[in-house]
Amino acid sequence: MKTIPPEIPQPDVEEINYDELVERVDYDFGLSRRSFVKVLGAGLLLAVSLPAIAQESGRRSRAGGARNLGARIHIGKDGVITVLTGKVEGGQGARAELSQAAAEELGVPLSSVRMLMADTGAVPDDGGTYGSMTTPRTVPPVRQGAAAARALLIEFAMQQWQVARETVQMRDGKIFDAAGKRSLTYADLANSDEAAQLLEQAIPADVKLTAVNEWKVLGAPALRPNARDIVTGAHKFPSDITRAGMLYGKILRAPSYGAKLISIDLAPAKAMKDVVVVQDDQFVGVAAPNSSLAETAMQKISDTAKWETVSHPSSKELFDYLKQNTEGGVPKNPFADELTGAKVVRKEYHIPYIQHAPLEPRAAVAEWSGDQLTVWTGSQNPFGVRGELAHAFHLPPENMRVVIPDFGGGFGGKHTGECAIEAARLAKAAGKPVSLRWTREEEFTWAYFRPAGVIEAEASLDAQGKIATWHFININSGAQAVDTPYTVGKRNCHYIASRPPLRHGSYRALASTANNFAREAFMDEVAAAAGADPLEFRLAHLENPRLRAVLEKAAKEFDWSTRVKKTDANLGVGLACGMEKGSFVAACAEVQLDRKANQIKVTRVCQAFECGKILNPANLLAQVQGGIVMGLGATLREEMQFEQGRITNASFRKYRVPRFDDLPELDVHLLDRPDLPSVGAGETPIIIIAPAVANAVFHATGKSVRALPVNLVAA
Amino acid sequence: MDTKISFTLNGKARTITTDPDRSLLEVLREDLQLTGTKFGCGEGQCRACTVLLDGVSTPSCITSIGDVDKTEVVTIEGLANGDKLHPVQEAFVSEGAFQCGYCTAGMVLGVVGALKKNPKASETEVMAEMQRHICRCCSYEKYKTAIQRAMAQNGKAAA
Repeated sequence: MKTIPPEIPQPDVEEINYDELVERVDYDFGLSRRSFVKVLGAGLLLAVSLPAIAQESGRRSRAGGARNLGARIHIGKDGVITVLTGKVEGGQGARAELSQAAAEELGVPLSSVRMLMADTGAVPDDGGTYGSMTTPRTVPPVRQGAAAARALLIEFAMQQWQVARETVQMRDGKIFDAAGKRSLTYADLANSDEAAQLLEQAIPADVKLTAVNEWKVLGAPALRPNARDIVTGAHKFPSDITRAGMLYGKILRAPSYGAKLISIDLAPAKAMKDVVVVQDDQFVGVAAPNSSLAETAMQKISDTAKWETVSHPSSKELFDYLKQNTEGGVPKNPFADELTGAKVVRKEYHIPYIQHAPLEPRAAVAEWSGDQLTVWTGSQNPFGVRGELAHAFHLPPENMRVVIPDFGGGFGGKHTGECAIEAARLAKAAGKPVSLRWTREEEFTWAYFRPAGVIEAEASLDAQGKIATWHFININSGAQAVDTPYTVGKRNCHYIASRPPLRHGSYRALASTANNFAREAFMDEVAAAAGADPLEFRLAHLENPRLRAVLEKAAKEFDWSTRVKKTDANLGVGLACGMEKGSFVAACAEVQLDRKANQIKVTRVCQAFECGKILNPANLLAQVQGGIVMGLGATLREEMQFEQGRITNASFRKYRVPRFDDLPELDVHLLDRPDLPSVGAGETPIIIIAPAVANAVFHATGKSVRALPVNLVAA
Repeated sequence: MDTKISFTLNGKARTITTDPDRSLLEVLREDLQLTGTKFGCGEGQCRACTVLLDGVSTPSCITSIGDVDKTEVVTIEGLANGDKLHPVQEAFVSEGAFQCGYCTAGMVLGVVGALKKNPKASETEVMAEMQRHICRCCSYEKYKTAIQRAMAQNGKAAA
């Protein structure tokens, strides 16, 4: 990664190694070693240790970025400008934003820029697309590359015309001379003899960038460049990729987590015409000319499979299980001695497993040519998938080309390459390209989950009603946002690991959804103990000016002080605030309760959000609105249920994600800060939705909420 | 047993011979290379796979190809008139309604189907139909605005 010049101050974003958070499926199809699959049901079976993947995972610290200008920007002889990036488009808006970044600095219209994204055979490794890092980490180098290209064009014109710098001017994507008569374009530059040599040079770190107040393209709303192909069905998602002679695959799945295959009779499938069957120890799959045939073949052999199962905790005993299986026990409150005589609040919060459930399930098409492999798949981590493939097949990463077409949603759930490896294993056996598309049930069962967690919180108040001690322990779900943004006397905030019964990994905003829920719900309980208004209590403990600003904005726009006084037993209001990935968010929610039907309707959400200078206001609004509504699903209904190693609600019928009628009245306020560096925004808007709604239920019922999803009967 | 099935697909007569129990979705995608229609759940719960079957929006994942015999099927690929987008497609682009776009084809045909069923349908009626569709990016606010825009266009066209 290039050093960022002083013109772009580095935002305060925590460094997190995302790849360590995600449990991978350790497929190993080596020829010399005994092949095996470390079957899922992680935590109960095997700790995953993958040095080869860690090296090739494309995590940020290893991601090299563009080695020279030509690796970042390609200028065609026809004048078509292509920007190359390792980032992916999964609906979060990277394609539009990076196009804007390039167009701005190149001095060309947005429509003149093409993006070539996430083809490991062609693009620089910009790291995975997660952690809201595209904006703070990839926009700057793309801008630098584009600015360097513009500088080349200017220099080229100066040499051609033998004129001084101040006599030439950039306008509408062209360089004009002082009289405005002669002009040169990027196409002219590309056609010059020196072009190839010029593009070989490194991108200078001190290249001059366009100042924010001069922006024409960045900062203005930009639509997704390939929007038309989306509405016509022309865009090829990973599951739509078709290759000549391609077969359709199906993988044998264990009947329960941790189950081991003892025996299977492959003969019934082998007897079928045009069906390929492969067994590699625990891995069993088929490929056939169409999906129905593949399903039939798989059904025939899976009926013969004998399994050895293991015991597995159920979702009903999940929270006790997590507490009982911590590494080194749950830390005690170190301030216990100071609690005597003080007003003390102590609560425990439960956060269930949930699934990302992207609408496009995992999909991959794999095609071998000798020991060279090309895979088209939907993943947030193209170079990471390349590393996983190299590891599984014992081949150098250079032999593996991973292409990520714009895909159908990730939300932190598509960091891994298991589907790509499975498709590649089938394709190797078939000697033909194979398309593998997971079913919804597979996606709900075998994809990784947002971690479940137990959070223990204890706080004491001093005589002035201020928080004197703050003890906050997250068990299992993660460290992100475990610390409090509030000013407290003494604090003790920790995450401790447990033995997760399900395979878990990243989710939109990581553990921040869990920790913000617990902290903000707890703040309302502590405020109640202090006899204070939730807004006033927060402000009395809050110094960060950016967090204060969003909280005050949301409260004002929502008319908090008036609404909070209303006394309707079935109407409640709540608020919450938090910060994540360098951005700041606050929300007020209104709920309407139907106690007889045990139903909570969120009628209104007012959110204020600030992420520095806004780059694409249209997309930002979409991300915030989408984050709010996705957050409502996790607040009100979403929860994985499992028993005896099986997910019992692995369908959209039983696992009910938000639909149109969940849409509350949305009142979103985006605070633009041209004086501050831009940071990502795809994650943070979700983190305070659950606590705002929980606090609204608390307000209406007088009974606090301590578990997700929020249940009126329990509340 | 393979059966001969004849139907109209995006305005053209098609005859295919296949197992009549296969889903319409699978045949569209795998035999006819019309991949604009998406798989989302396989049980009619998300409507990413929506097509128009004799003008009615229908989940193609739970419709067997055998049942399509002698009907008229329109997929997302058959909606635009050459380069001219259908007004619903136009509205979805103009409003930047979608994020990942995987549910979009189904959403478009859902709205077209609702307005075909009743060209004078109220917004409430159309939204009730759209309740069957899932957008996992939860871009419902922008979709709603786009649907309102499409309905306004439709009203103008009908007037």
